[in-house]
Amino acid sequence: MSTDVVTEVMPLTASNITVRFGGLVAVKDVSFTVPPASIVSLIGPNGAGKTTFFNVLTGLYRPTTGSVALNGKDITGQTPHKIASLGLGRTFQNIRLFGLMTAAENVMVGMHSHTTSNIVQIVARTRHQRREEVESREFAQEMLDFVGIGRHSEEYARNLSYGDQRRLEVARALALRPKVLLLDEPTAGMNPQESAVFVDFVRRVRDEQGVSILLIEHDMSVVMRASERITVLDQGEKIAEGGPDDIRNNPRVVEAYLGRTGTEGSAR
Amino acid sequence: MATSTPDTLEKGSKGDVTSSHNRRWALGFLIAAIITYLFYAFVVPNLGAAGKTFVSTWIPAVATNEALVWVICAVGLNIVVGYAGLLDLGFVAFWAIGGYTAGWIMSTFIQAVNPGFYLASAAYPDQPGIHLNWWLVLIIAACLCAFAGVLIGAPTLRLKSDYLALVTLAFGEIIPQVFLNADKFTNGARGIAPLDNVSPLPFGPSAISIGDVKIPISQPLGPFDTSAKFLLFAIVAAFAIFVSLRIREGRLGRAWLAIREDELAASMMGVPLMRTKLAAYAVGAFMGGMGGVVYAIHTNSVFPDRFTFSISILLLAMIVLGGMGNVWGVMIGALGLAWFNSTGLPQFGFWFNGQFGTAINFPSYSFLILGAILVLMMLFRREGLFPETRTRQILREAERSDAEELDGGEA
Repeated sequence: MSTDVVTEVMPLTASNITVRFGGLVAVKDVSFTVPPASIVSLIGPNGAGKTTFFNVLTGLYRPTTGSVALNGKDITGQTPHKIASLGLGRTFQNIRLFGLMTAAENVMVGMHSHTTSNIVQIVARTRHQRREEVESREFAQEMLDFVGIGRHSEEYARNLSYGDQRRLEVARALALRPKVLLLDEPTAGMNPQESAVFVDFVRRVRDEQGVSILLIEHDMSVVMRASERITVLDQGEKIAEGGPDDIRNNPRVVEAYLGRTGTEGSAR
Repeated sequence: MATSTPDTLEKGSKGDVTSSHNRRWALGFLIAAIITYLFYAFVVPNLGAAGKTFVSTWIPAVATNEALVWVICAVGLNIVVGYAGLLDLGFVAFWAIGGYTAGWIMSTFIQAVNPGFYLASAAYPDQPGIHLNWWLVLIIAACLCAFAGVLIGAPTLRLKSDYLALVTLAFGEIIPQVFLNADKFTNGARGIAPLDNVSPLPFGPSAISIGDVKIPISQPLGPFDTSAKFLLFAIVAAFAIFVSLRIREGRLGRAWLAIREDELAASMMGVPLMRTKLAAYAVGAFMGGMGGVVYAIHTNSVFPDRFTFSISILLLAMIVLGGMGNVWGVMIGALGLAWFNSTGLPQFGFWFNGQFGTAINFPSYSFLILGAILVLMMLFRREGLFPETRTRQILREAERSDAEELDGGEA
């Protein structure tokens, strides 16, 4: 196993990422890997630099220094669509579906980079184009069935219930056939029961779709239950990394979350 | 919408429904075009004096042909504005480029080519200049415009909404000015006229003559063969409509919709923003170019002062009025406004002034009236007269999540 790990290409590796906005250092020298078929979490108090780090991974920001590699391929400074098509799917904290497109169409947009029909082929409706359309539609249906909203495939995304919209976002991201799936606070707005169901769902996505999952989450019960490894950011720096139990008992993490006075009572 | 039972929905059923729907519409278009042609070619000449006067007053053939030009351009602009959601205020630029291309390669304008170069052309023989078959001109002009669209789009499409609108507005002003002032290449304000006669077929005028009835099969069409030209224009319009319907259903149409809905999310789903937007621009410009050629043929001339900002605005108004994104709505909006502008309003003015002894210059108020119509539309029917199913949703119904928030956030 250990020899395997060494030779295996990591789905996602971020090395020494620093992001500076003027004088502000939003992320400072953070390194981070997502191992194959794993669920890892990135947590931290508000303003810790989680979102900035996320935006570096997805190509919205170019890191001041450092590099990002997806499946061994350097993607630093690539455009978001290029990174997405190379296998980085994501969902959004505040759902960003294409509201006036049906659920199936939403997923089919995610397949854009895996289809090749050009303008002429689309207008002429060549055999290649028709086959691609049928395949896309079938694959979209498959993805929707997988996330459990298959019977809503012809409904407009905006008319789906909140939970179904979250699931549709996952289906849409899976249509990229990603190596890594980034979930940005997926359980925001869910009650504990729904969150618990979602944790099982995330596991199932990992197991059955063979993707690694990177979770940004505020809900500690979700983080602790779902993730195999947790990275903690505070004020742009990585302050801890490890399994759920290590993190739970790490004094620096507790301090970052509860403040110094809070830790003095509990940790010492 | 949401009430359709799951078991009746088969895979791909929606696609089949829309395409059969489109087929019905296409058939309707064909029938309407043929009836209109037959009406102008055979019915009108046999009408009595009163009937002829009525037709030439209220629905003159020239206005009908011009309306088709508007349809072609509006359908093209609809791809940019309606499908991809990019506000373009300078569409007249492509209209102008298309027109001048026709001026250059199907007239005696390029005197340097002497003796003239003829290619399946119906032009009078033994003249200098380039004389290509008009179908060829159509293709060349359209491709040139698509290329111009990419050239203009590449630097401007990085901008967002309002800024994009401003820059396109500037291009719409610059290009006609260039044509006006580049005297050597465009003959300046004197324009290019006349253009060659049009060969209805791709292989020039044929010797076959079919009786004395002028069916556009063999004879070259001069400036006054309005009803025959109508058929040609209808074919071009049908092509523009066909392309925009087909393209909407494919991979590219979905990408445009996605960009219209949420640009950032689209890029995160692997849709290349620049390329996809440029494609919208190029396809729109392609149709604008076709419209430009058709307009040049229609008026048998090209003059720079025709390509004004108001054309871009009128095209936008047609789209908004008809129903943004819906090709058939846009077509009806274009026909309606084109008629209103060219015939309806002036003739109403004549009638009104004659009736009440006033001397109001009605056509000069056309934009006032148009503005009022648009304001009323925005107040009472924002989605346009014949909206897309999708758009009707957003403007008529509260979003489900919004409604649920009012219910106490029950998801």
